[in-house]
Amino acid sequence: MTIMENMQDTTQGSPKHCILEFKDVSISYTEGKWAVKSVNAAIKERSITAIMGPSGCGKSTLLRSVNRMHELYPEIKTTGQILLDGKDVLQMNAMEVRRKAGMVFQRPNPFPTMSIYENVLAGYKLNGIKVSKAQKDEIVQKSLQDVGLWDEVKDSLMKRGSFLSGGQQQRLCIARAVALRPRILLMDEPTSALDPIATRKIEDMLLELKKEFTILIVTHNMSQAARISDDSMFMYLGELVEFSDTQTIFTNPRDKRTEEYLSGQFG
Amino acid sequence: MKDKIFRGLLYGACVLVLLLCAAMVYSLVSGSWQAFGQFGFFRFLFSAEWDPTAGKEEYGAWAFVTGTLYTSFLALVLCIPFSLPVALFTGEYFRKTRIASVISSIVDLLAGIPSIVYGLWGFYTLCPLMKSWGLSDQGFGVLTSSIVLAIMIIPYASSLSAEFISMVPNELKEGAYSLGATRLEVIRTVVFPVAGSGIFAGYVLALGRALGETMAVTMLIGNTIQIPRSLGDTGNTMASVIANQFGEASGLKLSSLIAIGLLLFIITAVINFLGKLIMKRQRGK
Repeated sequence: MTIMENMQDTTQGSPKHCILEFKDVSISYTEGKWAVKSVNAAIKERSITAIMGPSGCGKSTLLRSVNRMHELYPEIKTTGQILLDGKDVLQMNAMEVRRKAGMVFQRPNPFPTMSIYENVLAGYKLNGIKVSKAQKDEIVQKSLQDVGLWDEVKDSLMKRGSFLSGGQQQRLCIARAVALRPRILLMDEPTSALDPIATRKIEDMLLELKKEFTILIVTHNMSQAARISDDSMFMYLGELVEFSDTQTIFTNPRDKRTEEYLSGQFG
Repeated sequence: MKDKIFRGLLYGACVLVLLLCAAMVYSLVSGSWQAFGQFGFFRFLFSAEWDPTAGKEEYGAWAFVTGTLYTSFLALVLCIPFSLPVALFTGEYFRKTRIASVISSIVDLLAGIPSIVYGLWGFYTLCPLMKSWGLSDQGFGVLTSSIVLAIMIIPYASSLSAEFISMVPNELKEGAYSLGATRLEVIRTVVFPVAGSGIFAGYVLALGRALGETMAVTMLIGNTIQIPRSLGDTGNTMASVIANQFGEASGLKLSSLIAIGLLLFIITAVINFLGKLIMKRQRGK
């Protein structure tokens, strides 16, 4: 309960609606070993929330539980509730959840056999959603504009994405997720495979995307969290140690472990 | 010093293998010289005439070439509905599980069965069945041989396809799952397109196996020298005619048999080369 009370403390200034809520979420890969231990947290709409923590702390698992990608591991066990717009995703159809929660991965993974145009529309194709040619053009243009890639690729939409730089490929993957107009964007260290300039571009773009989307981002990079996120979580050994607005967590952390991690003493 | 000797031995062994290969090609070419000289390359290839009557000898490879191509391609088509599911099962659905390794070792076991055993099974089990089902007059023929050939090449096609299917990067599959794809859609839109040319190469190499297979086919095809007109028809293949007739052949007939051997060698070499080429390009990606 303490964490929920904290949440109320930090949200007093901004009466934003909470779009995603973790209620006592625990996840184990093998019987009796918990990768995520009773996490409680609420994510505000149209904000960027960073999840930080050392490797193996459960941050990716927590992120992946939102669109149930963690279930690709067969033995996984999840307890608690993950409410997206008030509905428990664990009770919903996994395919439906994944349409509502877009995901971006560590390494850019555009589909190599599809053109840029087809890549942006892949979500529609995979879900069998029929759209007219005019709508397709519109979706592709809008999504690529959202990620700031339109001007760079508008003349080569029908080419395969393999000639794009790593940063461009990652933005294409974000466009692919954005194209389905998801309720939330889940990002698993989206810039860890990119150089600083490409990283900066993506960070700026995320700040733009925030106006329309809610973003939950796992990051190893503490300065990235400080630069772009509104709220931050610090996880350690599967536990959500601290969750508050980013400024507070960086300037005045409550927990000693958070302070030690953020000052680079471990992790 | 020791290193030098070892290196010398390695070089020597490699050169010897190359020489053996060259000697094989040389003896095939020189042995078939007479037949090609007599009939000309294209007439020999495209003539279905095979008449050993002394004085008006006339030999052509076409009946055997068609027999070989018919049985092999039919076998390839017949093996797809079995080998592709096995490949998907072991390479994607149950990848790295015990059941997948059990299944793939059982399928690999098929590759270890001597072809004479397949021939016997075909002769005593499949032929009577084909006859009673009315698929073939005597039980022998193109379809009977193709069915047995198809079973024989399943392990080659499925293990290579499974290898390429399992090589499809996980992150691509996750990308598709994250967009709300079902497993079937992931296979259709990501796994098959990405592994496509590797799977294709697996089938090309399996075809190469089918082309050269001798014993089982010889026992089942009927060995009549004609271009097969239907699936139930009997026929003959390049490998079978050589196996059946080399014992009593001499002169022009022997040379014609060797010429057929050379043609078979060229066809399988080209098929294998193509398969390896596609595979190399796929692995390089």
